[in-house]
Amino acid sequence: MKENQGTTGLVLNEPLLWEKGGRGREGFSMPEQDVDRAALPEGLTHEGPDLPDLSELDVVRHYTRLSQWNFGVDTGMYPLGSCTMKYNPKINEDLAQLRGFAGAHPMSPPEQCQGALRLMAELERYLAAITGLDAVSLQPAAGAQGELTGMLMIHAYHQDRGSQRTKIIVPDTAHGTNPASAALCGLRPVPVAVGGEGILSTADVARVMDGDTAGIMVTNPNTLGLFEENIHEIARIVHDRGGLVYGDGANMNAVMGVVDAGKMGVDVLHLNLHKTFSTPHGGGGPGSGPVCVTRELEPFLPVPRIVESGGRLVLSEDHPKSVGRLHCFTGNFGVMLKAYAYIRTMGAEGLGLASRLAVLNANYVKERLKGTFDLPYDRPCMHECVFSDKRQKDYKITTLDMAKRLMDYGFHPPTVYFPLVVNGSIMVEPTETESIEEIDRFIEAMESIAEEAAENPDLLRTAPSRTRLRRLDETAAARRPCLRD
Amino acid sequence: MRYLPHTSEDIQYMLETVGVESLDALFSTVPPDCRREAPMDLPAPMDEWGLLAHMEALSVEGGGSPPGGSFVGAGSYEHFIPSVVRALAGRSEFYTAYTPYQPEMTQGTLQAIYEYQTLVTRILGLDAANASLYDGASALAEALLMAIRVTRRPRVALSRGVHPHHRQVVRTYLGPTGYEIVELPFGEDGTTDLSALKGGDDLAAVAVQSPNFLGCVEDLQAAAGRLHEEGSLLVASFTEPLAFGLFTPPGLQGADIACGEGQSFGIPQSYGGPLLGIFATRDKYMRNMPGRLVGKTVDVEGRRGFVLTLATREQHIRREKATSNICTNNSLCALAASIYLASLGGKGFRGLARLNYDKAEYLKSRLGGAGFEKAFKTPTFNEFVLKAPPGFDKSHARLADRGFSAGLPLGRWYPELENHYLLCVTETKKREHLDRLVEEMTS
Repeated sequence: MKENQGTTGLVLNEPLLWEKGGRGREGFSMPEQDVDRAALPEGLTHEGPDLPDLSELDVVRHYTRLSQWNFGVDTGMYPLGSCTMKYNPKINEDLAQLRGFAGAHPMSPPEQCQGALRLMAELERYLAAITGLDAVSLQPAAGAQGELTGMLMIHAYHQDRGSQRTKIIVPDTAHGTNPASAALCGLRPVPVAVGGEGILSTADVARVMDGDTAGIMVTNPNTLGLFEENIHEIARIVHDRGGLVYGDGANMNAVMGVVDAGKMGVDVLHLNLHKTFSTPHGGGGPGSGPVCVTRELEPFLPVPRIVESGGRLVLSEDHPKSVGRLHCFTGNFGVMLKAYAYIRTMGAEGLGLASRLAVLNANYVKERLKGTFDLPYDRPCMHECVFSDKRQKDYKITTLDMAKRLMDYGFHPPTVYFPLVVNGSIMVEPTETESIEEIDRFIEAMESIAEEAAENPDLLRTAPSRTRLRRLDETAAARRPCLRD
Repeated sequence: MRYLPHTSEDIQYMLETVGVESLDALFSTVPPDCRREAPMDLPAPMDEWGLLAHMEALSVEGGGSPPGGSFVGAGSYEHFIPSVVRALAGRSEFYTAYTPYQPEMTQGTLQAIYEYQTLVTRILGLDAANASLYDGASALAEALLMAIRVTRRPRVALSRGVHPHHRQVVRTYLGPTGYEIVELPFGEDGTTDLSALKGGDDLAAVAVQSPNFLGCVEDLQAAAGRLHEEGSLLVASFTEPLAFGLFTPPGLQGADIACGEGQSFGIPQSYGGPLLGIFATRDKYMRNMPGRLVGKTVDVEGRRGFVLTLATREQHIRREKATSNICTNNSLCALAASIYLASLGGKGFRGLARLNYDKAEYLKSRLGGAGFEKAFKTPTFNEFVLKAPPGFDKSHARLADRGFSAGLPLGRWYPELENHYLLCVTETKKREHLDRLVEEMTS
């Protein structure tokens, strides 16, 4: 085995902001007071909040130290299933800082922001081309808001046809955001279990799809990393009974250039630009969750929409069937432009190859590790594969223990305990940007952990040992919540 | 392709390990009726330098602050952003990390967000803040949904002084739920007129923005008193939280939930996003809050640390019964806001708020003496409404051609305010900019 990547190093402690500094210090370059002081109104003013007073260097050291306690894609492999932790290109970060973009006011008259509007209009067209759907709104601020938008559109579509459907089919492999988004639209999720092969069966969907059901929410590939092979027939059944098919595009990274969502029967699909299109996750956002729809659903897209008028692009709110506005302005433009830059860098062939290599990497991990870890669904996978801790349970070792131990080897753990349909699941998504050497190191670390589970299980139960803090007490945190100092 | 590391030898070796002949053969489970027939219609790939040139050209037409200066706020504010914000929030250990589900590897994000939550509660005068929402608009929608959950009442009232876009988003979120939304007018003084409000035991909450869209500072205390008597909640929203360096924050005026836009705190305007949805409430409603929360705890050795907490409210545990569907929030924007606020400090926050106020008052009084009329007598912070002299609309358009965004015409949202303009002045404007604008607007 090659040398472990994980090691201990000099890591500095750092107090909370208000445990540093002293009163009256300033870390901000205050502009000159070049107008007279104006009189203050009576009865409405206040002395201002109690914030810590720090110097500029105090602030710099504080956040530099905090950053060193973090692990990101730039630090090492981050095989977090369903999250697509691929490399975030540096040039894209620079582009977002260009003054014409970063300084653009969202309510500027259209003639002053043609560049921004053109970028958005082109990105809409690219996403339509990638998904095979007809029209796009870039407005939703993240995947879950894209889902909500999709559900609102399905609701509005049925309402427009004079029907009020109350249910929606949600497979048990779905992300939790799916049922939560549906519930916001007053739709009651009807769960459907995946069959023995880890995918939906046509008959199971046919059994629950009725005239009171608005449609189905399908993640394809699903969260077991498997392609829903019956999707075309399932879509036909749903359509025949007046329903619509919602596609959760969280796993789009597997199928660019391969699958045509429109042909598959999807009516509305959201994408996560922060997964498939390389924009950073930011420690939990901002993301961007555009929705792509068929021509039939286009009238329901959120406003404002970008349309051409008199030879230039404008924002139009004149779409009477629209579900309305989802975002204060037009969405996370600063994220969109990074996705745009990524697509312009990759081109059609590059994106297609990215998906193929993402799938190759996941299948390689699956084949290499299936002798060591239980693989509940031993079938060709897409961009991720799901193992379980079944074999390690013999040594009273759980998925959590293995995840924590993986940190000592210098890897971020995979997604654990999701999807819920596999007990103690370990969901690995290597992404296409990891090299074979890195993936081999990950595989060797996992194999080594499996050996330790048998020979020295305490090493796992007390892991991680090399991180700055070890096993934080989450139960105590929830029992007596302390959310501020 | 520099983002794809595999050589053809790597691919060959891996395919052999997997036991398939080609990359395309990996997709054997994708049936023909799902496959695309033609390649994706996308432009040819660009190299890094070509892309940079292309984006620079687009950005020139992108709409960055016009040469004469922008005097438009309306929910997106031009403030100076210290270099440290980008340098520190731009550290890739922060921005290339995921949501901090594994606390041992994400203490940096977790402590920073815990500090953010604390800073927010101190600024708003409330007990508990979440780790951020998308923007002020969805934060307001979430606040009203929360008020409906807490009070189990089906009706909410929205002041017309709330940002028109925020009101639109509330309508979108609440649309299919069947909850009733009523709008409250503003009076001659530009603040919400509660006298028309029909209270009663079906009213969950009233949402009032302060400073409101017209720039006027609202008397939340009076509203809170009346609402609490009837068992309703006061939701106080905002788009310019720098105002709380000078004006009494919503929590100290009795607001039950304060929510709004935090873009002013070190986040570039970026054509409207990403933004920062700030959300805070009282301790007693903590478990009803939407979104992620970071809490303080200890590790096995008793050392202080931070974790995501109260996750049983959230969609990944509660699914359709969650307090919100939100998953990804705007964490990096919350981090940027914390860095900005740490740089300002208490002294800087107060000083900067005062500077914004003084400069806005300067422009307000100069234009007030030059044919423009103050629309409302109520105190304002860094935005205010002026009634323009007849025919000013033509000058406004001419000024735009000359590179001045001389305020936002309000007639589109408020027909009664035809020929009224909303102007914004922040610390980015020197006195000479203001004098020049007065000259341009009055000539």
